[in-house]
Amino acid sequence: MRSFIARHQTPVLLAALLVLIAAVTLLSRNEALQVTLTEMFIRVVVVVGLYVFIGNSGIISFGQIGFMCIGAYAAAWATAEPSFKGIMLGGLPALLRDNQYPFLVAIAGALVLPAAVALLLGAAIMRLSGTAASIATFAFLIIVNSVYSNWDSVTAGVSSIIGIPTVVGPWTACIVAALAILVAYLFQISRVGLMLRASRDDEVAARASAVKILRMRLVAFVLSAALVGVGGGLYAQFLGILTVDPFYLNLSFITIAMLVVGGMSSLTGAVTGVVAVTAIVEILRFLERGLAVRDITLALPQGSQEIGLGIVMALILVFRPNGLSRGRELILLAPASTPREMRPDQVTIADETKATA
Amino acid sequence: MIQFLQNLIDAISLGSIYALVALGVGLLFGILRLINFAHGDFITIGAYALIVPSADVTARLLIGGWPWPVMIPLICLIVVIAALLTDVLVFRPLRRASSPTLMIASFAVSYIIQNGVLMAYGSRPKAVDLWSGANTQVLIGNLRVPMLQLITLAVTLILMIALSLFLKKTPYGVQMRAAAEDFRMAQYLGVRGNVVIGLAFAISGILAGAVSLLYTTQSGSLSHTMGVPLALFAFVAVVIGGMGSLVGAVVGGFTIGIIVTMLQAYLPPDLRAFRDAFAFACVILVLLVRPAGLVPARSSFERV
Repeated sequence: MRSFIARHQTPVLLAALLVLIAAVTLLSRNEALQVTLTEMFIRVVVVVGLYVFIGNSGIISFGQIGFMCIGAYAAAWATAEPSFKGIMLGGLPALLRDNQYPFLVAIAGALVLPAAVALLLGAAIMRLSGTAASIATFAFLIIVNSVYSNWDSVTAGVSSIIGIPTVVGPWTACIVAALAILVAYLFQISRVGLMLRASRDDEVAARASAVKILRMRLVAFVLSAALVGVGGGLYAQFLGILTVDPFYLNLSFITIAMLVVGGMSSLTGAVTGVVAVTAIVEILRFLERGLAVRDITLALPQGSQEIGLGIVMALILVFRPNGLSRGRELILLAPASTPREMRPDQVTIADETKATA
Repeated sequence: MIQFLQNLIDAISLGSIYALVALGVGLLFGILRLINFAHGDFITIGAYALIVPSADVTARLLIGGWPWPVMIPLICLIVVIAALLTDVLVFRPLRRASSPTLMIASFAVSYIIQNGVLMAYGSRPKAVDLWSGANTQVLIGNLRVPMLQLITLAVTLILMIALSLFLKKTPYGVQMRAAAEDFRMAQYLGVRGNVVIGLAFAISGILAGAVSLLYTTQSGSLSHTMGVPLALFAFVAVVIGGMGSLVGAVVGGFTIGIIVTMLQAYLPPDLRAFRDAFAFACVILVLLVRPAGLVPARSSFERV
């Protein structure tokens, strides 16, 4: 039993970390903080989704945010007010247009639709080599953006979809984030996941050992799209209002940056990256608002939050090129045997506490 | 027919801007394996260097008002300094880092530059009047050609010829080509890595400076994100042209220019809003048909 726990402790620890953060937030009763943390948990879902493909395959995909967009709109189609859909989204099929579905159905839609699109796209582009595949996914992001901002009868074009029930709070987001971590972990220790990681580390050797790289990449791509899509579905039902604009280059880069800052080749890295970058942004925002010392307010000038984030990210990369987690997993208990990639000398608790402090 | 030729000239002029940007991106990619997102922001720096720093809506020309023999080298110099600074401060400590790490670092640089410009100059786009005389039209036969397009084409040709002469005829050029072919081997043979990389950054800075002048004259406005779309099209151009091949970057740039202009001209009106979707679908198709690019680089073959 102990060895089972020791072997699979990483997802439990990461989920516990998120629950701890959620509990502290709820106790603080600070509304703004709760909103920030809900958003952070949604980003955990998205970045863990990115990690499933990028981390395990070693191929950077800029397109996953396109799946987030698809997922968010799928959820919006399911849950927005039928009266609104009748007027603004006349092109929807009647089944969607005239009914309002519950949260879980919307999330299921946000999971299935992106996965289906990913299956089609992935079947075409997974045979490309690393950088070419990256640019192809980038092209996909622009295609999604262009289609969703111009297909007026289904997406309301550049105007927004309103009247989506805002049912997602910190706890819902936290639970889904924990589930996403579990799914990503199960994938990474599965046969497919291990073969994919082998191909990331040495493509030629993996191929020589009869790993069907294309198929492994495709599985990861679809699973990643499904997770990121769920993140999109949560996002729609968290904001209650949806436009195409947020699902574009900025979000794509910032989520990839979170993954790389955390360390793109470990699940711990994905979670650490989101928590660390969110913490940095919040600290800088706090400093930008200013510290009142008696009569004087000491504040950083407006805009220094963005510049500060850029500088901190560059510094982290310069001093920790493999990310905060150095590509290792979070471990508390030393496992009895040393299975797979976890070894007792790879303890990285320090990074984790540093990031959340 | 006249209409088609007119479109073709537009396409070539747009393509030559993309080709210049793609050359700057491709040069660094060849040597460093760095996809430099900050290249677009080098262009932004060059454009903003023309005006007096202030948050006002109307821009007053500073360097931009000086006579061109002073102004052009000065703008290029400013951009070159910015490019070299990013190399020394960010990319030099990351020489041994992986390609995704380098890319995210360049994204961080781009983020810093964009928000720095935003802080210093304000967020609203600024109108700027640089060489407005260049927008007059010239009649060639039945064709009306804006003077600026001819200038753009001429500048592109001159820069390309100068670059290829530099790469083929000068010792430093030969070293750069060697480094692009096999960086470690070149170092063993006495090529100094940091000098060659610094040179590549300087040259990409000069190219970015030239583009910033051409592009500002054409668009007549400045914004802190103006370089982003240019850089994005350039990445796509570099990849469909064939990574690591400079000829490929140029071919890719012109291909993108032609695809975008022709789709704009010949798509049915109700599909025109989807132009970018079609353009990038074409990009995916080109990649699927020729995964190594239109002009594959010799060094890009996988060796075991």
